[in-house]
Amino acid sequence: MTGAHPAALALARRHRLRPWEALPWLLALGWFFAFPRHLGFGTEVLITILFAVSLDLALGYAGIVTLGHAAFFGAGAYTVGMLAKHGIWHEPLTGLALAGAVAAAVGFGSGLVLLRTRGLTLLMLTLCTMALLEEAANLAHAWTGGFDGLDSLPIAPLLGRFEFNPLIPRTQYLYALAVLFLCFAFVRTLVYSPFGQSLTGIRENAPRMHAVGAPVPRRLVVCYTLSAAIAGIAGGIWAQANAYVNLGTLGLDRAATVLIILALGGHGRLYGPFVGAVAYMALAHYLSKIYPTAWQLGLGLLLVVIALFAKNGILGIAAALGPRRRAGA
Amino acid sequence: MSAPPLEAGAPPTKTAAPLLETRALSRSFGALTAARDVDFRLEPGARHALIGPNGAGKTTFVNLLTGVLAPSSGAILLKGRDITRVAQAERVKLGIARTFQINRLFRGLTVLENVYIAVAERTGVAPSKWRPAGLRRPVVDEAMALLESLKLASDAARRIAELPYGRQRLVELAIALGLRPEVLLLDEPAAGVPSAESHIILDAVAALPADIAVLIIDHDMDLIFRFARRITVLVSGAVFASGTPAEIGANAAVRAVYLGQASHG
Repeated sequence: MTGAHPAALALARRHRLRPWEALPWLLALGWFFAFPRHLGFGTEVLITILFAVSLDLALGYAGIVTLGHAAFFGAGAYTVGMLAKHGIWHEPLTGLALAGAVAAAVGFGSGLVLLRTRGLTLLMLTLCTMALLEEAANLAHAWTGGFDGLDSLPIAPLLGRFEFNPLIPRTQYLYALAVLFLCFAFVRTLVYSPFGQSLTGIRENAPRMHAVGAPVPRRLVVCYTLSAAIAGIAGGIWAQANAYVNLGTLGLDRAATVLIILALGGHGRLYGPFVGAVAYMALAHYLSKIYPTAWQLGLGLLLVVIALFAKNGILGIAAALGPRRRAGA
Repeated sequence: MSAPPLEAGAPPTKTAAPLLETRALSRSFGALTAARDVDFRLEPGARHALIGPNGAGKTTFVNLLTGVLAPSSGAILLKGRDITRVAQAERVKLGIARTFQINRLFRGLTVLENVYIAVAERTGVAPSKWRPAGLRRPVVDEAMALLESLKLASDAARRIAELPYGRQRLVELAIALGLRPEVLLLDEPAAGVPSAESHIILDAVAALPADIAVLIIDHDMDLIFRFARRITVLVSGAVFASGTPAEIGANAAVRAVYLGQASHG
């Protein structure tokens, strides 16, 4: 009886796949065939989307305000880089799993301490954690290559057959797309689960979650660890696809960029990272061609407009213009 | 009103055992004593009101009972078990739920999702990461049934931010009831609700299941005297008087301290 109520039906149906959800994947496959000379850029976009998806899980869904998410991207990238460069491990798929595991361990360890705090304190502590890792990577020169990083990483062919050719990055592109698809499917399942619902509860009102008996710190640590693992996987692919790793993977620049991408696309929405990453990287690409010296000014202006008039990003605008429904959520 | 029939062989004192009890409960904030040696008993199925002037420490007392605050000294017992050091979330599992004086709702979520979260926590579904939340029929059905009993079903699909304040106060109550508490602490349930709408809240409070022990804080004397079967008056963090509504109403000292003051403004 009660299951027939529109609200219950909406809840029971919200996780269902909608036809338009095929669009990003069709476009990504279309890019592969239509722009074979721009697969390097395409791979970079796919990796950035994956990184932004990981941030969306922590920030968009659980409300964990972080400015240090590149710590996990870098942890994954350096895991792949150091294992390959020192001749310990070259196989890409297991290497990627290791990258995810190491980043998850970093996320779990730092999360246990950091997630007891909130707001500005949390923001500063995530930033500090990332800065510490960056400095550690800088100092451990023998292992990490220090400031120069590690280049010419020997990565074995994917599945023993497909070479990672830096000039024709076809393997990299399809590999990044496949990993993005799997990770996204996982995150999508997660956010529609009761666990995901409880994360949105923590985001919306953490004190109330305590008052309904939820183990809030534990939930946040689990979420942060999963998010870190996905960020580490993104970093791992980045190192494999580019065959190098440097301090930039751990830097504030990367952490801030992914935050901007999420704000631009719309946080707490599954497809915000897709829209944000494509919009940001396309804009950065073309603006830097037109105004090589001042291209960041254009991005800055766009961000000001988004921050002032569209707090939920591009997808938020789309949802407001479209029929009244819970877009993307 | 009448006590439930005793089980055969049960000692007669059993009915007198309080559900929730505090012993010399105190809490200071620096020089301010917000709770001072409070001895308090809440009986099973009670309708108990806690009144007192502003700043008397009523909300502090609720925060102590729920574990938001730790007492400076004293003890809290639930069914005879010392829960003074038990964490807030664990006390909820033991059957203590509360509402807030100022709404603490999941504003971006729908009314149904708000109640779903509470029911999912209580039933242990919440940590599950695989099957979609909306397909957990027992949780959804229970949340919907609760909304229907509070006449909120018509708003189930609306977000909290779209609701009038009075309806939001009902969602406060619905979330707490979704926890199936044995002890329900209502911190000014009708606070902030326009008087034209407040009867909705009062009716809902009056219709609470009889087996839940309710402690209600409010300034509305009509509500208190209509609803409560026992009243405790708190002044400066200490119990000033305790008794039936008739006793409290006839207590000259209480009238001087509290009721008189209220009638002046």
